[in-house]
Amino acid sequence: MIQVEHVNKTFKVTRRSAGFSNAVKALIHKETDTVHALSDISFSIGDGEMVGYIGPNGAGKSSTIKILSGILTPDNGTCLINGRIPWKDRREHVKDIGVVFGQRTQLWWDVPVIDSFELLRDIYEIPRHQYLTTLEELIDLLALEEIIKTPARQLSLGQRMRCEIAASLLHTPKILFLDEPTIGLDAVSKLAVRDFIRKLNRIHKTTVLLTTHDMQDIDALADRVLLIGKGRLLLDGTLSDLKSRCEPECSTLDEIVASLYREFQI
Amino acid sequence: MKKYWSFFRIRFIRGLQYRTAALSGMVTQFVWGSMEILLFRAFYQASPESFPMTFEALSTYVWLQQAFLALYMVWFWESELFNSITTGDVAYELCRPVRLYDMWFVRGLAVRLSKAVLRCMPILIVSWFLPAPYGLTLPGDVKIWAVTILSMTLGLLLIVAFNMIVYMSVFYTVSSQGIKLFVTSLAEFLSGSVIPLPFLPDHVRTIVELLPFASAQNVPFRIFAGDITGPDLTISILKQTFWLFAFVLIGRYLEKRALKRVVIQGG
Repeated sequence: MIQVEHVNKTFKVTRRSAGFSNAVKALIHKETDTVHALSDISFSIGDGEMVGYIGPNGAGKSSTIKILSGILTPDNGTCLINGRIPWKDRREHVKDIGVVFGQRTQLWWDVPVIDSFELLRDIYEIPRHQYLTTLEELIDLLALEEIIKTPARQLSLGQRMRCEIAASLLHTPKILFLDEPTIGLDAVSKLAVRDFIRKLNRIHKTTVLLTTHDMQDIDALADRVLLIGKGRLLLDGTLSDLKSRCEPECSTLDEIVASLYREFQI
Repeated sequence: MKKYWSFFRIRFIRGLQYRTAALSGMVTQFVWGSMEILLFRAFYQASPESFPMTFEALSTYVWLQQAFLALYMVWFWESELFNSITTGDVAYELCRPVRLYDMWFVRGLAVRLSKAVLRCMPILIVSWFLPAPYGLTLPGDVKIWAVTILSMTLGLLLIVAFNMIVYMSVFYTVSSQGIKLFVTSLAEFLSGSVIPLPFLPDHVRTIVELLPFASAQNVPFRIFAGDITGPDLTISILKQTFWLFAFVLIGRYLEKRALKRVVIQGG
């Protein structure tokens, strides 16, 4: 159970105009702007739900994921995940969650993937028996048999992403956060990833929150959609709610979202 | 405990992979050590009475320094750690049920030990065969060996704890260039890796010996060479312990504060 109430987060961003004289000026007096990354965000997600979190770049999606994973502290507001405040009780909290950041890597670059997995096994203190069962299942579902013996640096992006997802699930978390898991993947890999997430949710009732710019991800995975823009939560509903907002009728999901972005001026 | 051991192991094994680097490092250190000893020999011949150590002690100091360079070089940084902070990849490490400080501390130990293990033996053996007073002189007393090992351990932990402070500072400054440059040149001099500390003028030396960097390689190598004995030895070990605790506390405080207000860079 994820409960987020009235969460705010601001960042200070330094700004200056181009050119030498402005650079010198900035040495003496730095101008900073406050950016409201999140303002008054509230939502709750039940166990076993699959929720898509969409919005344009810079809307605050990643900030939300970071707050939910306990690595960013909001300015105010509350957030409870399975009864814990993520950033206060970070080390206990992270045992229950898995996170995949699509644009980063958690695998050790120059050792076989399986070595990274075994390190994670020890870091999460996964019992040996449970580890083997989970690993076997993940190898099977994500077709990792061959590639886990390869060093991460020699994997293609699609292979690596499958390994990243497996790495985040070794400790069988109840909640999975996916931050752009399909970014840059080809059609086959995308389908494989989607298919896997669906199965994971069906078999283990894992709660999934995923951010993406690929509307087909949403179509394939999310029962429910949260739309965020300029740090505000604009829409919380099912995919058909989303579709019905589009006047006149839009043919593709991308068009629906684009028209929503226009409607909310984000 | 097992998680730290695993973390140590993966980093240690990775460090052992680079055999060519180890070989060329060894050659460099051997040549460097020889040149340093020849240089000091010229000083010694000019005026042996103003030489603050015995020549045997100096040679021993130099060879130990070269053999264990990887343990005490302050200028060695893991650019991966700096990068992970500036690009935000540290996000993943913060998603682990482990304290970041502990994890990186173990990692620092592993990197240095894996480098040192590959390089130290050949240098020690060759220098042991060199004729006196140019080679490594071994102390007869077993107690000296034990104290040296204790003091080397404290010194290594101290250097890693110092590295940690610098890594943590990048959470605040974003760029590591300035602090790296500043700290490296200063610490190298103050730790006695450019010239052994006894060669500094007396009033400068008194101050430098109180500073934390004098508690790294300076202490164990001089103990082994028989240059620190008696009450000085106890005081030196106490100073090492004090600075180690101080550095660990500062590092952990910086980590805690950084993570509270941290901005993980990038989208």
